[in-house]
Amino acid sequence: MKKNNSIKTVVAVGIGAALFFVLGRFVQIPSGVPNTNITTQYAILGMLATMYGPVAGALIGFIGHTLIDLSWGGAPWWSWVIASTVVGAVVGFMGKKLPIHEGVFGKKEIVTFAIINVIANAAAWLVVAPVLDIAIYAEPAAKVFAQGAMAAFVNSVTAVVIGALLCIAYSKTIAGKGSLDAE
Amino acid sequence: MAAKTVLNYLPRKSVVHALTGTTKLAFFLLFTFAGMLTYDTRVLLGLLVVSLLAFRVSRIKVSEVRFMLVFMLIFLLLNNFFVFVFNPNQGTEIYGTRHVLLPLPGRFAVTAEELFYLFNITLKYFVALPVAMLFISATDPSEFAASLNSIGVSYRVGYSVAIALRYIPDIQRDYHNISQAQQARGVELGRKEPLMKRLRNAVNILLPLILSSLARIDVISNAMELRGFGKKKKRTWYTKKPFGRNDYLALLLGVLLLAASIAITFADGNRFYNPFM
Repeated sequence: MKKNNSIKTVVAVGIGAALFFVLGRFVQIPSGVPNTNITTQYAILGMLATMYGPVAGALIGFIGHTLIDLSWGGAPWWSWVIASTVVGAVVGFMGKKLPIHEGVFGKKEIVTFAIINVIANAAAWLVVAPVLDIAIYAEPAAKVFAQGAMAAFVNSVTAVVIGALLCIAYSKTIAGKGSLDAE
Repeated sequence: MAAKTVLNYLPRKSVVHALTGTTKLAFFLLFTFAGMLTYDTRVLLGLLVVSLLAFRVSRIKVSEVRFMLVFMLIFLLLNNFFVFVFNPNQGTEIYGTRHVLLPLPGRFAVTAEELFYLFNITLKYFVALPVAMLFISATDPSEFAASLNSIGVSYRVGYSVAIALRYIPDIQRDYHNISQAQQARGVELGRKEPLMKRLRNAVNILLPLILSSLARIDVISNAMELRGFGKKKKRTWYTKKPFGRNDYLALLLGVLLLAASIAITFADGNRFYNPFM
């Protein structure tokens, strides 16, 4: 059983990174603010990290984000790639106790999921990304923190709203323990 | 359609293509780190020359990567604009002098230092551009997992990357089909709907995509388990090429560039080359 899980993690990272890539690269929802689009990949990252754990989450963020950057034709912007990695790792680490796999995702789990995702996104975009931007690229602090705040806000909202809705919908597809009633 | 613009491998007979994937990956990483560490204009210009030469010998035409180039230029322009707007005096802070070229009102006076700083940011990013493009367009994706493994990454992670590259087009097609089907039923992601409705609609499209992807994960991991994946600590690769003379030369060049970049940049204890003092 243990073996199978590790193979599953390998595959989940691969497919997860592919999903992250497709959503981040091609799927954009207009946010209402001109030229600013909402991308949904952090919702999927939050969900998959919760399901497959911190290592899978970190790798999905890292591989997916690196591929997105490469596909735009440049060298990866490593500071933000690492920030995505942090989001996956933190959500996976704090969310591994959530029983999505058993088909349970009620009010309590939704609140926990939301808090975890906000913490992870805040840590990544308000701390990791700007600090690395300053260290590597020596960009003005005001600019990188403004960008970070924007990213933290947008990604938290998508992760919480879309991610939670996805988790609820997914958990309903799994028959939970003791869901049979004796007649 | 759009899949063509993503990580497109352009097979060609050239010195660069003949190198092993391992060499290309290692060189790419060494080179980007050399470019990332330094802010020294002389080092950056030197790296740019190497980068452009490598692009030249690869026989890949500029017209083939024009899309990426244009996108990157727009990105860099925007980035420079924001760097300037948020702090027009970053250059002065770094270089310690102030030569005003264009006295605009308030703090927005354009200084020579700021322009030189913006030039360096652009250069820093631009240096890695040809090498990154080469890495994408001259590396056979099927060789990629083997290359990752041979620079010391666990082969499981290498496999994850290979799976990601393999399934990106499939997932893209799935997404396309699902979103068309949902749009036919009136699920809209565009500006016509209010924002919250848009997010809910996104869920209606994403959920089938997630469910089909999770099913895919099961199918693939079962198939891999049946074939004994993960049984041993090491594995061999069908696509792995043996190292040749040019591979060692390219790696040596990569290491030398990184060492030179570090040595020159930090020789005077400052990451920046300062022409103003």
